[in-house]
Amino acid sequence: MFEAIAFYFFSAILIASAVMVIAARNPVHSVLFLILAFFNAAGLFVLLGAEFLAMILVVVYVGAVAVLFLFVVMMLDIDFAELKRGSLQYLPFGALIGLILVAELVMAGSAWVLKPAARSAMASATPAGVTNTEALGRILYTDYIYYFQIAGLVLLVAMIGAIVLTLRSRPGVRRQVISVQNARTAAMAVDMHDLKPGEGA
Amino acid sequence: MLFTDLFAGLGMNHSFAWFLSQFLSILIFDVVLLVMIAYLLLADRKIWAAVQMRRGPNVVGPFGLLQTFADLTKFLLKEVIIPAGSNKVVFMLAPLVTVVLAFAGWAVVPLDKNWVIADINVGILYLFAMSSLGVYGIIMAGWASNSKYPFLSALRAAAQMVSYEVSIGFVIITVLLFAGSLNLSKIVEAQAGASLLSWNVFSILFPMLPIFFVSALAETNRPPFDLVEAESELVAGFFVEYSSTPFLLFFLGEYLSIVLMCAMCSILFLGGWLPPANIAPFTWIPGIIWFLLKICFFFFMFAMVKAMVPRYRYDQLMRLGWKVFLPTSLLWVVLTAGWVLFVRPHL
Repeated sequence: MFEAIAFYFFSAILIASAVMVIAARNPVHSVLFLILAFFNAAGLFVLLGAEFLAMILVVVYVGAVAVLFLFVVMMLDIDFAELKRGSLQYLPFGALIGLILVAELVMAGSAWVLKPAARSAMASATPAGVTNTEALGRILYTDYIYYFQIAGLVLLVAMIGAIVLTLRSRPGVRRQVISVQNARTAAMAVDMHDLKPGEGA
Repeated sequence: MLFTDLFAGLGMNHSFAWFLSQFLSILIFDVVLLVMIAYLLLADRKIWAAVQMRRGPNVVGPFGLLQTFADLTKFLLKEVIIPAGSNKVVFMLAPLVTVVLAFAGWAVVPLDKNWVIADINVGILYLFAMSSLGVYGIIMAGWASNSKYPFLSALRAAAQMVSYEVSIGFVIITVLLFAGSLNLSKIVEAQAGASLLSWNVFSILFPMLPIFFVSALAETNRPPFDLVEAESELVAGFFVEYSSTPFLLFFLGEYLSIVLMCAMCSILFLGGWLPPANIAPFTWIPGIIWFLLKICFFFFMFAMVKAMVPRYRYDQLMRLGWKVFLPTSLLWVVLTAGWVLFVRPHL
């Protein structure tokens, strides 16, 4: 009974906060609702028994990605109410995309009804005898190691690309070189002069 | 868990008894934790005073022992001021988020063998998640205050915490590779042995303790990394606009997460509740006492760092995080994995 209550609780808040993400006027509120949505999705993962995915969702999306979202959105000075004024004209297009998404989700979700063979392929969150961290590790690092590495490489290239595209090297900027600072001694820094009265340095 | 049988014996439904017993143990745990925080706070101020050759709080109660409670009353009785220009809901939500997350992390901390509220498989990840979410209280407070200094502080907090989380994450990976589990109780049990030499700090993981400790300082905004609340630059940082109980909640949340970090240090590296030697006089003392002693040791270190080290400059903080800690901890992940796979089986 607790499980059912928890499921409906998480799902209801998840859907409500997902709606609020697009409905909120203030972009910072949108991001905060997005974080709430992530949290509830993590709660649903826990109910499924996929505790590793739940924690990774919280650590990666809430702990890092959403912080950067918030970081950017807080500094924007855009009148979003103004931007949203013309948004009704895109409604049919948005509805179409939404419908396609729903249809695909239903098809994917009901695949094991339509095709009984697919049922055996359905993975349970916790295979017998291993924690799901271990199970995920085995799949990622043994069965799909090459795909996993390729995904990592793609991300690495994207990261380096982003850095290269945005890196500006400005000439004539004074930079701090820590090793030079640490290597400085009194003999290098201080120059003693014996000045006569009435003369400048 | 502790009281399930007791309640079930009273003729209750098993799941309801479990629920009630969990509720009761959480309540007891939190009250004990709060009293402990009150005295650790006093200890912090006393240590700080001793380093500066002052007496510290010594007026309220014998040796100032009731100082924290006097402060508590003061905070509770003062007026709550909410700035007119602030975003009121987020403004009031921020301190609650801070304190709730700080409490939530304690749910998985094993105090002794089988003495834990939630013994979950991914305990260490849960702790990591909760401590990394602490930044939200600060960002929300900084933004909702609608004031310049808190906002600057929120931006600093976001950048600082994200950079130090990365190295904390890698340190945690080295420990869990070494222990072979993400469960905190199993991480502690993996360090069991004849003496303290089997603790993680005396293994190949020894350089990870300083990295974890310094990152924990940065993660909890303790000096020398308290740029988020640097009083010489930002007045008081993100809580400039806060007064009374909301301020108290921030303060409490900060100390809760500091003590949580101390607990994490002792679980990951000093063997949690394990005694320093597995022989008679040491094993008579219950594990929870050893655990508390280790927490107090780390808290003493936190206090001494606060008293002695001058504040870092912002770019130095970033350099330390990204250019020193990140490569070192990443290298140590590889080394530890190699050790576990190739060297340890032959020892």
